[in-house]
Amino acid sequence: MPGFDFSNYNRNAALHARGVPLPKATSTGTTIVGCIYDGGVVIAADTRATSGPIVADKNCEKLHYIAPNIWCAGAGTAADTEFTTALISSQLELHALSTGRKPRVVTCMTMLKQHLFRYQGYIGAYLVVAGVDPTGTHLFTVHAHGSTDKLPYVTMGSGSLAAMSVFETQWKPSLTQEEAVKLCADAIEAGIWNDLGSGSNVDVAIITADKTTLKRNYIRPNERTQKLKSYAFEKGTTAVLNEKIIRKEDISKLVSVHELTDESGDKMEVDV
Amino acid sequence: MEFGNSGSLSEDGIHLDMDRLKKGEVNLGTSIMAVTFKDGVILGADSRTTTGAYIANRVTDKLTQVHDTIWCCRSGSAADTQAVADIVKYQLELFAMMNGKPPTTQTAAAIFQEICYANKDRLTAGLIIAGWDERHGGQVYSIPLGGSLHKQPYAIGGSGSTYIYGFCDANWREGMEEADAVNFVKDALKEAIKWDGSSGGVIRMVVLTAKGADRHLYLPDTDYKVRHM
Repeated sequence: MPGFDFSNYNRNAALHARGVPLPKATSTGTTIVGCIYDGGVVIAADTRATSGPIVADKNCEKLHYIAPNIWCAGAGTAADTEFTTALISSQLELHALSTGRKPRVVTCMTMLKQHLFRYQGYIGAYLVVAGVDPTGTHLFTVHAHGSTDKLPYVTMGSGSLAAMSVFETQWKPSLTQEEAVKLCADAIEAGIWNDLGSGSNVDVAIITADKTTLKRNYIRPNERTQKLKSYAFEKGTTAVLNEKIIRKEDISKLVSVHELTDESGDKMEVDV
Repeated sequence: MEFGNSGSLSEDGIHLDMDRLKKGEVNLGTSIMAVTFKDGVILGADSRTTTGAYIANRVTDKLTQVHDTIWCCRSGSAADTQAVADIVKYQLELFAMMNGKPPTTQTAAAIFQEICYANKDRLTAGLIIAGWDERHGGQVYSIPLGGSLHKQPYAIGGSGSTYIYGFCDANWREGMEEADAVNFVKDALKEAIKWDGSSGGVIRMVVLTAKGADRHLYLPDTDYKVRHM
């Protein structure tokens, strides 16, 4: 039958009417930060992904590629940050190809905000956009509803309060690259230790006019160590109450058994 | 996305729609104003943006340029007001190119109203448009939530404005000197910031005259006394 198929819609409506909740999306209950310094910009993120109270991924990547000179840190719904950044990255590359110019950070920010505004907050992507282009060094935050801010240092995600406390006490107007990296890493660590939604490692990206350096797992303060003791149970810990052996000849009384030969029955189709 | 119960009647009386923003939306719980004076017009605003109880930005710029000497003060949803201002900015740039002359403040205000009224069910945007043009000098237009358009000698808006209706009514004078108008705006916003919890941070101002746009910045560190920009 040609046309749209609404059977899944009807199924979902029926499920919803019976009070079945929607499946939980994996969210990056996150700490992400960014900081401008003299000569470039640094962004950083933790690496914990959560699904409700469960840690879904202990070492996920929240630093997303947009263009060689523009990178994005994402908080909110993991799938939304992943696909939104990928979509804008693609559009920006085509834009750069057709104009013959390097992509600008404001262009990226504007495309993101217009995309997110159109979806009225239903795309749960909270982003820190950073980059260096021919017009200079830029750092923005983009909220899911489509609002943007331009600041010298920014934090987002559930750990943003912990991270911001580090910036508000340690930030100064002029920073070297080493100082900016340290400040961002410290801010993420504040999120890792003090926010339940954040954890594991620190990822850092340093963007300058010349190149971008991605430092995956720049700090790993949560390495898994050898257990001090073995918690394996000894064989025979559980008592055997009774034992019954069923022989192959007798199994047909319980289930139907068919011996398969090469000719009998349909063979599984295998690619030629 | 869940919305607050709006306009429902319960035991404790009528519930007004005080929760127009969606959950987690960035809010400009704001104090904004624009005032005409002898040579033009002054826009003023605080710098606080909030998400719930958290201050998402303490140095926000709520005074947005939409043409050379036409600016607007934004209050309500940050996303909505930025989107509207971006569209109007584009429309006015197109207008200037097509007609070979800059648009008037009234034209800008009319474009703002068109968007605010047509999308009144979907927008939370309280705007004040102020501008200087060759023909009319300094003018102030206000567009509140429903999308109506009001030409006024001065306008105040945002959550903090409720605290300064009396102050403004008592102290505003027709045809003030620039320095007096700057002080009037500053003193009014100081009161709004003092009493309104959703307003705070620095005071930003833009003075629009025949000479163009001039930015002012006043910090709380110096009790808003010293001009920093």
